[in-house]
Amino acid sequence: MSILNPHYDSGAFFDEMVATSEPGGVRPHYHRLAERLGRLEVDEFDRRRAAVDAAFLRRGVTFTVYNDAQGTERIFPFDLIPRIIPDKEWRRIEAGLIQRLHALNLFLDDVYHGQKCLKDKIVPPALILGAKHFRREFMNFSVPRGIYVHICGSDLIRDAQGNYLVLEDNLRCPSGASYMIENRAAMRRAFPNLFQSYGVRPVEGYGDDLLKALLHLAPGKDKPSVVLLTPGVYNSAYFEHCFLARQMGIPIVEGRDLVVRDAHVYMRTTAGLVPVDVIYRRIDDDFLDPTIFRPDSMLGVPGLVNAYRAGNVALANSIGTGIADDKVIYAYVPKLIKYYLGEEPLLPNVNTYLASEPLDRKFILENIEKLVVKSANEAGGYGMLIGPHSSKEECAKFREMVAANPRNFIGQDPIQLSRSPTWCDGHLEGRHIDLRPYILYGEKITVTPGGLTRVALRKGSLVVNSSQGGGSKDTWVLHGDA
Amino acid sequence: MAANKSPLPASRPQATTMLSRVAHSLYWMSRYIERAENTARLLEVNLQFIADFQATADAGQNQHWESLILSTGDEELFEQHYETADSRTVTEFLAFDLKNPSSILSCVYAARENARMIRDQISVEMWEAVNELHLFLKTRSTSAVWKDGPNEFFGSIKQASHLFQGLTASTFSRSEGWEFIEFGKFLERADKTTRILDVKYHILLPSATDVGGAIDTAQWQAVLRSASALEAYRRYYVREILAWKAAEFLIFSDSFPRSLHFCVAQVDDYLRRILGETGARPRTEAARVSRRLLADLQSLSITDVLEQGLHEFLEETQAALDTISNEVAETTMFYPAESAIEEQQQQQQQS
Repeated sequence: MSILNPHYDSGAFFDEMVATSEPGGVRPHYHRLAERLGRLEVDEFDRRRAAVDAAFLRRGVTFTVYNDAQGTERIFPFDLIPRIIPDKEWRRIEAGLIQRLHALNLFLDDVYHGQKCLKDKIVPPALILGAKHFRREFMNFSVPRGIYVHICGSDLIRDAQGNYLVLEDNLRCPSGASYMIENRAAMRRAFPNLFQSYGVRPVEGYGDDLLKALLHLAPGKDKPSVVLLTPGVYNSAYFEHCFLARQMGIPIVEGRDLVVRDAHVYMRTTAGLVPVDVIYRRIDDDFLDPTIFRPDSMLGVPGLVNAYRAGNVALANSIGTGIADDKVIYAYVPKLIKYYLGEEPLLPNVNTYLASEPLDRKFILENIEKLVVKSANEAGGYGMLIGPHSSKEECAKFREMVAANPRNFIGQDPIQLSRSPTWCDGHLEGRHIDLRPYILYGEKITVTPGGLTRVALRKGSLVVNSSQGGGSKDTWVLHGDA
Repeated sequence: MAANKSPLPASRPQATTMLSRVAHSLYWMSRYIERAENTARLLEVNLQFIADFQATADAGQNQHWESLILSTGDEELFEQHYETADSRTVTEFLAFDLKNPSSILSCVYAARENARMIRDQISVEMWEAVNELHLFLKTRSTSAVWKDGPNEFFGSIKQASHLFQGLTASTFSRSEGWEFIEFGKFLERADKTTRILDVKYHILLPSATDVGGAIDTAQWQAVLRSASALEAYRRYYVREILAWKAAEFLIFSDSFPRSLHFCVAQVDDYLRRILGETGARPRTEAARVSRRLLADLQSLSITDVLEQGLHEFLEETQAALDTISNEVAETTMFYPAESAIEEQQQQQQQS
């Protein structure tokens, strides 16, 4: 029996592959995949799936599950049906992401210098000055090359009409790029022939592009030394840190491997101290330097911020970028794009209500069971209420939280997220997906053609986070449109 | 000091210098793999030995297993957790017990954790070999080993260790890291060879009457097999197994890669490279101890050793190896212990 299911129901959602309006019921860029799947037997498919899972385990492509004596690691569930994006769609996404990151960098530069956007009343000053991630210590500090966010991962979703919308920006330590590359490697092993004929754009350039963006931060140095600073082996993203360090051929260091002398950063080696010019850090601001931020941090490097301020070391991303991925500031991004670039946003936001605004707040409190409510600074799918899927008690609890601390909450219209055929218990069913592309800002802004497509494996679920039952798919951006 | 000048310029070009933490992990990764292999061989040979002498009274078997535990130096820990020493409890203790830091599972887990910490430094092949060994061990248990036969189990562990060491030799650059890997491997192997010999000492004590008898010969054969040395012994001496010849071979052979002499010569060589000891007279305590130990192994005879007492000689050797290990760790790999770091590492949000 072929794995294509004649009873597949795309439901009332935008389905990435199936569309009754299209000839054959399948969107043109999925035709060849559908044909291939039509010839694939269930047994054969299962065999390849098992082989891919075993390879992930053997290669240690895992994330860590805590509270286990042996630090159990799990593989990130991987679905073998790829998500395909035709060239025409991708061009628009790419342009929209470049525009957005450009504006966000100008915004950060403004916030930490003249604060024109506050004086011109584009953003209420209280939102910035009272924000958790605003670092007043960095007012009037000029970051290397004027770039604040070098690595960005923005989450995109599609509404019922298939329009791409920005759900959130991740401007601190966005993760997942390693899975984008490993997923591709897995698909190449599972379906070697399909790639040749399909014209899929490669994602393997990410490591080189990332290295270039980091080297860009050490101008004038003959052979700059670049390191990746990890919280360490017990961090859930440790696999990714190692993976990226290996892709770039740079050392991976922990805070205790670095030492600051006379405002210069060095790493401790068996042959003495070696200078460090650029740090790709995967540690939060709060933990970077115990002498400036959290004094109890054992992960950071005492004196690091001083060395950064003295211009002797570059950090990617810069300190204080969290102000721009605050979910409240998110609501202002379309305005900021117009303000700084004089352009209309190419990628719209999800319609958002700000609890800090009296009218919006009233609307949120009265309609909470119909909305998605999010706390401003949480990630990973936590601190969030999906009104239509929640109990009365949960809604009441959030209503109280919003009323008590309006600055910290936003409400959004629930978006049904597009669905993609996904292998569930022996047959294909539609599951909701999002897309996280990776944007790098070096000499110029580039977007890797692809990204991490995350899929909510639980039936009906809209939460794609790996910590809450999410998996992933390979993302194919095509050279052409079919 | 000029602002943009390194206060302590590294003595090697940057591409070949390595983080102290990485050196530490390479060293322990290598030691733990070697330790797991040796424990597997020790257990396998002794299980075989017991099986060959079914006639031996139960009391004798217990003595045999107790000697084995005694030679590992973990007898107190064993007594805390087990009532009697028999094939099953000893297998559980030496192969699977995570409470025993030297059990095969503990060693492989520790080797893998060290490898994981330096995954960016080792080859994919090395990582996959140690990761697969760990995955394999996690699917096994004492009862399964007894059901499927221990040979397959111990064989797999030895093979995985050889695979790892072979892959290391063929995929790891001959840089400073290589020196730490080899130093760790030979140091561990030297220590284990002394312990394999010591098993015989502990067994011999209660049954000195049987010297030269069938069981005695079988025991010395088992000792040689524990060090993969039986065939090498036969080729070298071309004669029957004699107690003092077997001991001589395992201590003094200058060509067999598991003899104490051979291992210590390697330890001394890598140690001098790591510490930059180029002169005729050693500058560091580690090099002094190592040189003295090597000189003994080059000049003493088996008669000297037996006069001093084999057990005493082995104990002194173990102490010297400990000193070397500790001194090297202190000069090149010292880090303050900060176990609370773990919790903060977990807290770091990766959005």
